[in-house]
Amino acid sequence: MRRFDWLDPFLGRLVAEDVAVRELPACSGLAPARVIGVDADDWGKLGQAARHWGCRWVGCWGDDIGEHFHLYSCFEKDRGYLLARTAVRRLTPILPSHTPYFAAADRAERHLQDLFGVAFGDHPDARRWIRHQAWKDSEYPLRKDFPLAGHPQPQTPADNHYKFLFAQGSGVCEIPVGPVHASIIEPGHFRFQAVGETVLHLEQRLGYVHKGTEKLAEGRDATGLARLAARVSGDSTVAHSWAACMAMEKAAALEVPARALALRAILAERERIANHLGDIGAICSDVSFSFAFYQFSRLRELWQRVNLAAFGHRLLMDCIVPGGVATDLTTEAIVAQHEQIRTFRPQLARLMDILNTSPTVEDRLIGTGKLSPELAAEFGALGYVGRASGIDLDVRRDSPYAPYDALTIPVPVHRSGDVAARVRVRAEEIGNSFVLIENLLDKLVAGPTHAPWVPPAGNVTGLGVVEGWRGETLAFVRFGDDGRIARYYPRDPSMINWPLLELLIHENIVPDFPVCNKSVNGSYSGNDL
Amino acid sequence: MLRILGKVQRIGIITESLSPWDEPALSQVGEQLKAAVGRRFRGSLAIRQVDAGSCNGCELEIQALNNPYYGIERFGVHFVASPRHADMLLVTGPVSRHMEEALRRVHAATPDPKLVIAVGNCGATGGEFGVSYASAGAVSNVVPVDAVITGCPPTPLDLMRGILEAIDARKAGRVSATR
Repeated sequence: MRRFDWLDPFLGRLVAEDVAVRELPACSGLAPARVIGVDADDWGKLGQAARHWGCRWVGCWGDDIGEHFHLYSCFEKDRGYLLARTAVRRLTPILPSHTPYFAAADRAERHLQDLFGVAFGDHPDARRWIRHQAWKDSEYPLRKDFPLAGHPQPQTPADNHYKFLFAQGSGVCEIPVGPVHASIIEPGHFRFQAVGETVLHLEQRLGYVHKGTEKLAEGRDATGLARLAARVSGDSTVAHSWAACMAMEKAAALEVPARALALRAILAERERIANHLGDIGAICSDVSFSFAFYQFSRLRELWQRVNLAAFGHRLLMDCIVPGGVATDLTTEAIVAQHEQIRTFRPQLARLMDILNTSPTVEDRLIGTGKLSPELAAEFGALGYVGRASGIDLDVRRDSPYAPYDALTIPVPVHRSGDVAARVRVRAEEIGNSFVLIENLLDKLVAGPTHAPWVPPAGNVTGLGVVEGWRGETLAFVRFGDDGRIARYYPRDPSMINWPLLELLIHENIVPDFPVCNKSVNGSYSGNDL
Repeated sequence: MLRILGKVQRIGIITESLSPWDEPALSQVGEQLKAAVGRRFRGSLAIRQVDAGSCNGCELEIQALNNPYYGIERFGVHFVASPRHADMLLVTGPVSRHMEEALRRVHAATPDPKLVIAVGNCGATGGEFGVSYASAGAVSNVVPVDAVITGCPPTPLDLMRGILEAIDARKAGRVSATR
């Protein structure tokens, strides 16, 4: 099936429903996504039709362009991305919601409501989401007339009045957890309702690490945006800086040299392996299998040391810059990576064999935190969370970007949807990434590692989509007339995957929450922005 | 079980053998740290780590202190789950305004005398995020800070050195013990 075979009949159906839909002129910065324009009144019909057509909801974001706000919704079907755009008047920013058709749109629309003041009339949940008490409900930080400094109080008070779902009944107890958690992890609040040890309901309250990332991007130059993107989520620094640089390069029609693209892919695969190694160890730690925790954290440390030796940073921060990469690989660094993969491969096999045949580990991981393939599909689950629940999706293979378009990308998919399946997917991905790095190193072409950055002229947009270690990672940028960033929106895969944790914890026991949480490992910082 | 023991035996105690990476600094800093913790904290320094708005980069490196290469527990330093058990707060930033009150409460819940270290460039100065409608910037803008460990993120060795320096600074009386 060709990529956009479905688009014409889809647009035909919209026209038949009296929706004034028009395909907007191909914009090179957004390609290969296709772009359509829809009137604000018809926004709900668009969502309904997209749902009916079996599209996956990818993300939504806004852009203040003066008299109007542009609102974008991104859908995907058969490996083709469709970007729908509408405009609402600044004075009456009212729009039908897509949440009735796509559960995944819920928090993203409330994010827009809190930061742009867009009212989604038929949104089923009117509560605020990203706003706690740092700004007033009459203030909208992402509008251009709101100053970056805002109007903060001398001390920001606690957010005491958020209306959590309330459970009643004999024997139901409520367990509030966070925002400060017991271990060395990011902050967020979890509200459990439990009967005995069994979780009846979990509600997440995030937004604690909202740092104004989107606002902070405005007015930056390309290099400044790459630095900021590298800090959207510190564990996904390669994924976000690649997505942001890809969006800027597409907007500026800048050709990135082949060697730089190969190095970016090596960086991305190294980031994937580092995080998978660390998380498999942490999952084992959460079920008290400390042997594996120490073994995997040992491998992760060695892996990070080669990161430092080869690329100059243990987490690979700021290695990707607009136009290419900041560092080149020496011959020794290439040899060191080959050598490390050669020694890691048998060690990983042996460790996974121990893990897979330890009854104590099996007992805790198999059947725990099950996400059914139906729910995963309903939400458009991303990355290893989706692939452990039957979602056969990987941007590197499905919407390939250089250098992956010239490589074979095996995509491990399992269907049992439990913690064990997520561990299995991640272990298999480590093995696949070893092969990818070896291929990329072997075929590394000579040449420059970056092209000089030339700011684009005029008002241009760009969209970058990459497969980070957590899954599909998006970046939307718009350059203003001055060649500086007017708008940046990063969509971390966690934005989609976080609500799935609320679902997969159902009927599990409270003590299994840490291992379920770790097996999903959503980014708080990437979600809260 | 035999295979696990076999693996344990084969790998051995790697905390001592850093030869391939040639880091005499680690054992040196570690021994100094152990001596300082011994003198000042009767051999046991309890740290509560607080992420007050970090991107998670600093957390990854703080977690690494517990891996077998650094094994910070062998120097008497351990991470605790509650501020009420802590001698020291290791706070990463920038402090998001949404975490401000939580940080203040954690600080208040930590018994005196306590040491507060701001970790990372963001914790030290606000870093890439600075002060804005959403960010209060440096940790010292919200709670009193005794020492900073810069870096984006600081390496595990930087962290160990910074913790040591903070303890030594207190010993030298440069830090008020009752803040």
